[in-house]
Amino acid sequence: MTQAADIRAEIDRIYREEYGRVVASLARRFGDLDIAEDMAGEALLTAIERWPVDGIPPNPGGWLTTTAANRAIDKIRREKIRDTKHQAAMMIQDDTPHEPTGPVEDDRLRLVFTCCHPALAPEARVALTLRLLGGLTVDEIARAFLVAETTMAQRITRAKAKIKGANIPFRVPERGDLSDRLSAVLAVVYLVFNEGYLASSGDDSIRADLTAEAIRLGRILRQLLPDEGEVAGLLALMLLTDARQETRVAGGELVTLDEQDRSRWDRVLIAEGHTLVRECLARVEQTNGVPGAYQIMAAINAVHTDANEARSTDWGQIVALYDQLMVVAPTPVVELNRAVALAELDGPDVALAIVDQLDLSGYHAWHVARAELLRRLGRSDESRDAYDAAIAATDNPAETVYLSRRRSQVAG
Amino acid sequence: MAQYLLAVHGDDAVYDTPIEEAQPMYDATAAFNERIMADGIWVFGGGLKRINTASVVDGTGSDVVVTDGPYLETKEYLGGFWVIEAPDLDAALKIAAEGSKACGGKVEVRPFEDGE
Repeated sequence: MTQAADIRAEIDRIYREEYGRVVASLARRFGDLDIAEDMAGEALLTAIERWPVDGIPPNPGGWLTTTAANRAIDKIRREKIRDTKHQAAMMIQDDTPHEPTGPVEDDRLRLVFTCCHPALAPEARVALTLRLLGGLTVDEIARAFLVAETTMAQRITRAKAKIKGANIPFRVPERGDLSDRLSAVLAVVYLVFNEGYLASSGDDSIRADLTAEAIRLGRILRQLLPDEGEVAGLLALMLLTDARQETRVAGGELVTLDEQDRSRWDRVLIAEGHTLVRECLARVEQTNGVPGAYQIMAAINAVHTDANEARSTDWGQIVALYDQLMVVAPTPVVELNRAVALAELDGPDVALAIVDQLDLSGYHAWHVARAELLRRLGRSDESRDAYDAAIAATDNPAETVYLSRRRSQVAG
Repeated sequence: MAQYLLAVHGDDAVYDTPIEEAQPMYDATAAFNERIMADGIWVFGGGLKRINTASVVDGTGSDVVVTDGPYLETKEYLGGFWVIEAPDLDAALKIAAEGSKACGGKVEVRPFEDGE
């Protein structure tokens, strides 16, 4: 690679890394997402022009923020001359620090809560978060969620217009409202992660860029809200899941947990995940609290990653954790996962009786679970039918290959 | 400060509820009204009569045409509203939640054009 290409790649990396910080800082100061985004973009253009000549500044994030803020002030001044609106101009003169409005002060956190406001449509929350905090382009987000770029651009524009028009505040909710609002934020991050971990459709089975982005957002949240158990829980859950990513697809085929090459699991991520899970457990014990769903799911993954081989998995503990999860998140999907774990403990017939009662026929994993249980019970014809239904219900290429092979192996 | 419309939507069942059953709802709404008046949030508000009292006037053509009935024929319709002052949407949503609880109806929250 040439030196110019090197520095361009370095600028791109820094920009992606600092983008959320720059936009969040400008959004707070100028109260306008469009100005924040446009000026962050202009600061990048200036950096591309100047850094190859002057060298990369020692604090590139600060440089980008200052440059973008100066551009914003110039722009507002120009507009002030054109029209009689003085409100924007007052912001230039008003240099008083922002009023502390929440338990934690960070521009990015404020922006996450704004992007994930319950008054915005759920799909708009994901898109805005990826755009404004992750710095992904509209095109990248559109591709990740398989919609046309114009559709995604409209979705983002509409959400920004609602934030402005309805006066959705740039604020971290107060203590009393924090846990309600935080769950929307965590749901968005987990959604981004899951879309990356098992892409619902498209040519790529795994989207490592999305899982990495979700983990990065999770780390930011954890830095900003170190005492929130569910934040630590979600981060641990993502790390422990991501640690298995390398072994999850082989030769274009999905590899299930019991067949994965455990020696290739990422031990660093697993160690970090386990530390977080232990920290969660200690906090729950100290406070006599009840762990939330992410913490319990993280604990389940901690048990899985604790076993050096599939055979030594502590299924008793996993079923016990699913029992806990059923208390805090009693959904049919959790019940399904619990039944699959229970099959290892009490046998496939017990599990199938539970699975058959669940109203999940639109969900591919339900058909997969039925297919596997029926196969173990020697009910081959029914098993094959269930594999067919599962194949019809998934668009993920690696999963389709896996299910087709499993189906072909069902006896007689 | 911005002004928001809190619009309460419901169907005829609200009007058909016997008064003795509806009284707690009226009382709660009155208490809510007094509270937001005392807090300086209240701008205006009121309950509307049944949808069969509505008429539509169309003055867009050369003749003014008056028709019987509402603009939209729907099962659920606007039954009453408040106009309030709030610093931002979060504050307006909080007030709307209290109003919804008091009057027993779903509340649509919508900002007014601020006349810029």
